[in-house]
Amino acid sequence: MTPSHADLIDFIYAEARMLDEGRYDEWLALWMPEGIYWMPLDYKQKDPDLVTSLMHEDQFMLRLRVERLNGQRTFSQKPKSRCHHVIQRPFVDLHDPDANRYVTNTSMHYVETRLDEQFLLALTATHELVVADGALRIANKKVELLNSDAAFGNIQLLP
Amino acid sequence: MYSSETVADLVQQHQVHRDIYTSPAVYRLEMQNLYRNAWVFVGHDSQVAKKGDYYTTQIGDQPVIMVRHSDNAVYVLYNRCPHKGTKIAIDREGNTGKFFRCPYHAWSFKTNGCLLAIPLKKGYEGTGLDRTESAKGLKPVGAVTNYRGFIFARLAETGISFEDFFGDSLSSLDNMVDRSPAGRLEVAGPPLRYMHKCNWKMLVENQTDTCHPMVAHESSAGTAVKIWEEMGNPEPRPMAMQIIAPFMSPYEFFEEMGIRTWPNGHGHTGVHHSIHSDYSAIPGYWDAMVESYGEERAKEILGENRHNTVYFPNIMIKGPIQQLRNFIPLAADRTLVESWIYRLVDAPDMLLARTAMYNRMINAPTSIVGHDDLEMYERAQEGLAADGLDWVNIQRLWQGEEDFSEEAVENGTTERQMRNQFDAWVKFMAPQPADPQQMAQVKAAE
Repeated sequence: MTPSHADLIDFIYAEARMLDEGRYDEWLALWMPEGIYWMPLDYKQKDPDLVTSLMHEDQFMLRLRVERLNGQRTFSQKPKSRCHHVIQRPFVDLHDPDANRYVTNTSMHYVETRLDEQFLLALTATHELVVADGALRIANKKVELLNSDAAFGNIQLLP
Repeated sequence: MYSSETVADLVQQHQVHRDIYTSPAVYRLEMQNLYRNAWVFVGHDSQVAKKGDYYTTQIGDQPVIMVRHSDNAVYVLYNRCPHKGTKIAIDREGNTGKFFRCPYHAWSFKTNGCLLAIPLKKGYEGTGLDRTESAKGLKPVGAVTNYRGFIFARLAETGISFEDFFGDSLSSLDNMVDRSPAGRLEVAGPPLRYMHKCNWKMLVENQTDTCHPMVAHESSAGTAVKIWEEMGNPEPRPMAMQIIAPFMSPYEFFEEMGIRTWPNGHGHTGVHHSIHSDYSAIPGYWDAMVESYGEERAKEILGENRHNTVYFPNIMIKGPIQQLRNFIPLAADRTLVESWIYRLVDAPDMLLARTAMYNRMINAPTSIVGHDDLEMYERAQEGLAADGLDWVNIQRLWQGEEDFSEEAVENGTTERQMRNQFDAWVKFMAPQPADPQQMAQVKAAE
């Protein structure tokens, strides 16, 4: 399978919808086993793990994060948060079927809410995608918040 | 509503009045007295490594600049132009060269605060400007000490000395720094900045609260243990599991770890062991330590596994992982938590990788552990509005009259360290003795 630009873009939209609808098992299945979800702390941060990041999570940590959301004693999720991604049409920055590498760059507005509180984050997501077993998969995902160096309260779901 | 004289009534030995956490009047008194009289953490000198480097922060509610002067010493100055009050530096850090220049009217100051120049200075001839505070330049805080790279300041001109304030509690800072084969730490990147809608003291108390991890963090640490079991408990366990699994240790583990308290509100958990005791060895580190210190001393340094050390009033350090958390009070019900990490100079990078992982896993606004802590604090801040009960209990393992002027080691689940903090709180909330210099000025003016 060689994905078209449209396939890549559809994939990004579908992933955001999974997160908004809380379909986390399907979302975890999108990932390659070595995939890392990285959210830098500093603006234009280069080093992922020798300075602090907001997130730098492998598949074990992502699975833990997702399973925790459904726990009986997950107090910060009583009541549960909800989230909403509004995404701009992704740029396809790299389309290289020979190397099986595809990179997209997507601007998003992310809204998270719980009880009477709601906040907005503007972000840019960079997806590194590959084709594995005939389907697109996430090799790595980087989420750069526009105000990553600001002081936040809890950000509980996945921007 | 409260004055310096009556505020002590809010503290009893085994309980404290809820207004301590909720009253804006108490918060203002804390800023006026406690945060003036105590030695408060400002920053690390590696944040201002070169001459002219500065970093802006606050001590209590006071805006300050920490800056490296041409004599290589670190100065702490109020961030306020002595002319009209404009903040001299607004970015979090930078290099100002040989002098600061106010962006409003171009008054300029040396990096030790001294007034350097005023444009069109003839306009002040004969006005008596030289007899005012404004002519002295950027005002320095009362006193500054650089302890092995860590900068502390006392706003008050006079008061307790650095050595008397911290005493033997400095052994925790020593151990953190000694873990570097070079005996030196360097700041590693910017801090996490996590906003809490609760009183700052709730966060400080929680640092030695050993009866909450297995309850509040069951959702994260308990789930991690469960997933690992489903995977068949494969060994070796990755760093992430080594970090999070000990949060689910049973009560006995925390009882036996021990708590030590020192005078003036300082204390630490993990006298005998801690949640940091069983991290796997990092290749090359032991050899580097033995090379620097010899085997016996290296063993002694790495044999300490202190968990959380609270330096009253508002920081906590973790020696074994080189982390410092600063609980900055913004209002009675608002606290900014900055979580810093440091690199052990001449130690392998993998140690820093573990430290950075701990910081983001446990203390980030995106942390599945931090989420439940913040939830508890904010629920408490809201719950304390209830009129039915006025007192907050800190009675666990209290046995009547306690003497906090002596170091003590007790059962690791005691709330003695919280009581120790409130003992110091009362002490430093008292108005300080009048400043002899100021009194002389007042007399002269009269």
